[in-house]
Amino acid sequence: MKINIFILILLFSLSLSAQEVAKSRSGNFALTNATIETVTQGQIQGSLLIRKGKIVDLGENIAIPDDMEVIDCKGLSIYPGMIDGGTQVGLSEVGSIDLTQDANELGDITPHVKALTAVNPNSVIIPVTRTNGVTTVITSPTGGLFPGTAALINLHGYTPAQMYAGFEALVMNFPSARSRGRRDNRSEEDRKKDMDKALKKLNDLWDEAELYGKIAQAHLDGKAASPTFNPEMAALAAAVQGKIPLMIEVNESKDIELAIKWVTDKGLKAIFTGVAEGWRVADQLAAANIPVVTGPVLRTPNRDSDRYDRPYANAGLMAQAGVKVALRTNETENARNLPFNAGFAAAYGMGREAALRAVTINPAEIFGLSEQLGSLEKGKNATLFVCTGDPFEPATQIKYLFIDGYMVPLDSRQIRLYNEFLEREPGLKE
Amino acid sequence: MKKYISFLIYICLIGSMLAQVPTGDLLIKNGTVLTITQGDLQNTDVLIRDGKIAQIGKNLKTPEGVREVDATGMYVMPGIIDAHSHIGISATNESTSPVTAEVWVGDALDPYDIAIYRALAGGVTTSHVMHGSANAIGGQCETIKHRWGLMDPGQMRMEGAPRTIKFALGENPMRVHGIGNGVQPRTRMGVEALFRRAFAEAKAYDEAWQKYRTSQSGGSKTKAEFTPAPAYNIRLETLAGILRGKILIHCHSYRADEILMLMDVCKDFGVQKICFQHVNEGFKVAPELAAFGATASVFSDWWAYKFEVYYSTAYNATILAKNGVVTSINSDSPELNRHLYHEAAKTRRYGQLSENEALAMITLNPAIQLGIDKRVGSLEKGKEADIAIFSAHPLSIYAVPQMTIVDGIVRFDVKKDPSDMRVDINPEEAIPAFQESIGGSRQSHEACMEGVLEQLFLLGN
Repeated sequence: MKINIFILILLFSLSLSAQEVAKSRSGNFALTNATIETVTQGQIQGSLLIRKGKIVDLGENIAIPDDMEVIDCKGLSIYPGMIDGGTQVGLSEVGSIDLTQDANELGDITPHVKALTAVNPNSVIIPVTRTNGVTTVITSPTGGLFPGTAALINLHGYTPAQMYAGFEALVMNFPSARSRGRRDNRSEEDRKKDMDKALKKLNDLWDEAELYGKIAQAHLDGKAASPTFNPEMAALAAAVQGKIPLMIEVNESKDIELAIKWVTDKGLKAIFTGVAEGWRVADQLAAANIPVVTGPVLRTPNRDSDRYDRPYANAGLMAQAGVKVALRTNETENARNLPFNAGFAAAYGMGREAALRAVTINPAEIFGLSEQLGSLEKGKNATLFVCTGDPFEPATQIKYLFIDGYMVPLDSRQIRLYNEFLEREPGLKE
Repeated sequence: MKKYISFLIYICLIGSMLAQVPTGDLLIKNGTVLTITQGDLQNTDVLIRDGKIAQIGKNLKTPEGVREVDATGMYVMPGIIDAHSHIGISATNESTSPVTAEVWVGDALDPYDIAIYRALAGGVTTSHVMHGSANAIGGQCETIKHRWGLMDPGQMRMEGAPRTIKFALGENPMRVHGIGNGVQPRTRMGVEALFRRAFAEAKAYDEAWQKYRTSQSGGSKTKAEFTPAPAYNIRLETLAGILRGKILIHCHSYRADEILMLMDVCKDFGVQKICFQHVNEGFKVAPELAAFGATASVFSDWWAYKFEVYYSTAYNATILAKNGVVTSINSDSPELNRHLYHEAAKTRRYGQLSENEALAMITLNPAIQLGIDKRVGSLEKGKEADIAIFSAHPLSIYAVPQMTIVDGIVRFDVKKDPSDMRVDINPEEAIPAFQESIGGSRQSHEACMEGVLEQLFLLGN
């Protein structure tokens, strides 16, 4: 019997060594004696129970069912998994190698292409990201006026469908009147003309999509012939009709004002992303009730004349004006730095509590998933992590991680390299 | 007599041009002083006289006329040193040849670069401003102090700092020269061959000069013994300076094999001082680096932006340090440069280094790598008064730099920080242009390759 167990352990360790990372497992877990940071209902000292992928109970003095695997979290804290509101995780593997790039399809207007199609569930970047407590990310197509559809994914699963977290949005890069940099010799007047042209193109396209939608609807109602197959128009028509929300990338303050006017005139529900100069027009954003996904926080100011800390302070200034703010890294391999981006926003005016909300419940609400994600509450998805303290502090260690109730091992290629090379064998050859 | 007076005036003018940079006096009172070399001192004062640390101790008396700074509840640390930066210069790459030892970024210093002020606002007082990584043997670099407000490029220099030169291995020189221009090197084999050729030529050049100098000092000569002076060649002269140990190599590198290669080349030519920059796979050959005495200046966590950094780990700094390699954390970016204290703090997550080990990676260790550790990099009596004051422990995410001091002069004060801190405000420029800002490794990892694409394009490639 003893030998059997020995063989089992040996087989298990052999199978481990053949994998990219250790295997996740599902189960019923009781996380006991923890400091539970619910985000929405304050801090609780107690236990949190996970069954069938959900948080089934949490509280100070709750009974622990016999069939649950108990994980003693004494001295540890539980947080909801952090949500990064904008990345290219899964779409891009090695930055400089074009054939590993799936975010930027050819063409200016490709609203019909979908990020979820090209998410690589086995990207080496995924385990590296989640081991810092980032469990859920928007992965987004880039480039052109309408680059495609972005998707919210959990950083766990073996198919894009398994990873899909329940939210998609059509991405738009709002036209810009700003200078394209030092080599941009256009006069201010010319830039305005170009902007007017770009807006006209956008509006014509929008009208066309609206018409396409009407024809398609009339066809469904049996009142018209089928419109010519046009997947671009079909994708845009869905956004015109409000069937899919828009994520509009816009950064310069004048552009933001024009974008506010554009969505207000059209009566559209939209989320603004980037919003680098949101602090200049924060009141207008708040008045228009447009939620914002901003970031990265860790970046340089947009104008040489700006205060050095504007990028750090931007999220907080918008939040204080009443804008609903979520954060993003706009990263791929270093989306793992989301908690540090939040920490800088916290330190430069936003405050820790608001910064925590900006990477948990705010994005969940903005993406319409506040019943499932973003806080530790009964009935929500068991997507959370256990750590030694404040997850924004670099010295904090993550101890356990759960995504949809799966206990995901804290393992990645970066950790494996550490284990292999810290004390290399052989060391120096004599 | 007139001649004599004008000569005097001339001497005075030269003297004022070479005048020492301004220095100041200051008493920083009652802070937690993180000395790096002598532990953390609570409720301690730091007295600065004439730009140098005069005394560190409790309840120091304020000398007459010396300004006091109250650091109660704050943390006082040595000014941060960035061993890899491209700020404060108007040109980065002379990418026209795989060997350009003759050029020097010190000829392109730009004291008006706002990035210098922003670095100060992150507690950084010294940057090693480097040539880019387009060439296997790039140009010479310059160690600058962030004396923001001075307009003479010469006054940015950290006078007396050792000369350094940029080398580069792997993809960048291969891409620019082999693939872009069709000249060697196109492979890592070619990179080694290029170093060996360059060093061999420099050695021959140096020997020719030695021979000439010996012949000159040999007293009276017959015509037959007369040795003509060799032709002066600034490229070979610089390379010979490396062989003589007068110029330190700072080498852009990623893969383990190429790191070993350059150490072998250096061994064969008797070169001892080398700092590997980036060195993402340094962790794989940490014992070899330690044995050679090479040092490492790394990113905290950049990876995957190109193939040679795909097999990286954020535990690199920890593995190197634990194997006895003097390791620093650098920026290579005007963005990371602003929060190197945070980059260093990541070694607490990835490998749980101690607070002092983490802080040494942005202070004393880069100072050692630049050969300026006798002057800066720790808070000790007699060292230069380059100091950063933080609202909380600098390794905490909530720490905000409050004041940054260079040579005893306050160059950044968070309380006196109006929106616009540019030195060269242009009245013609109605609205300063909005720029896509730098954030994340995907956006900014190409700082090393600044200007290369334009040059390739101009060359018709």
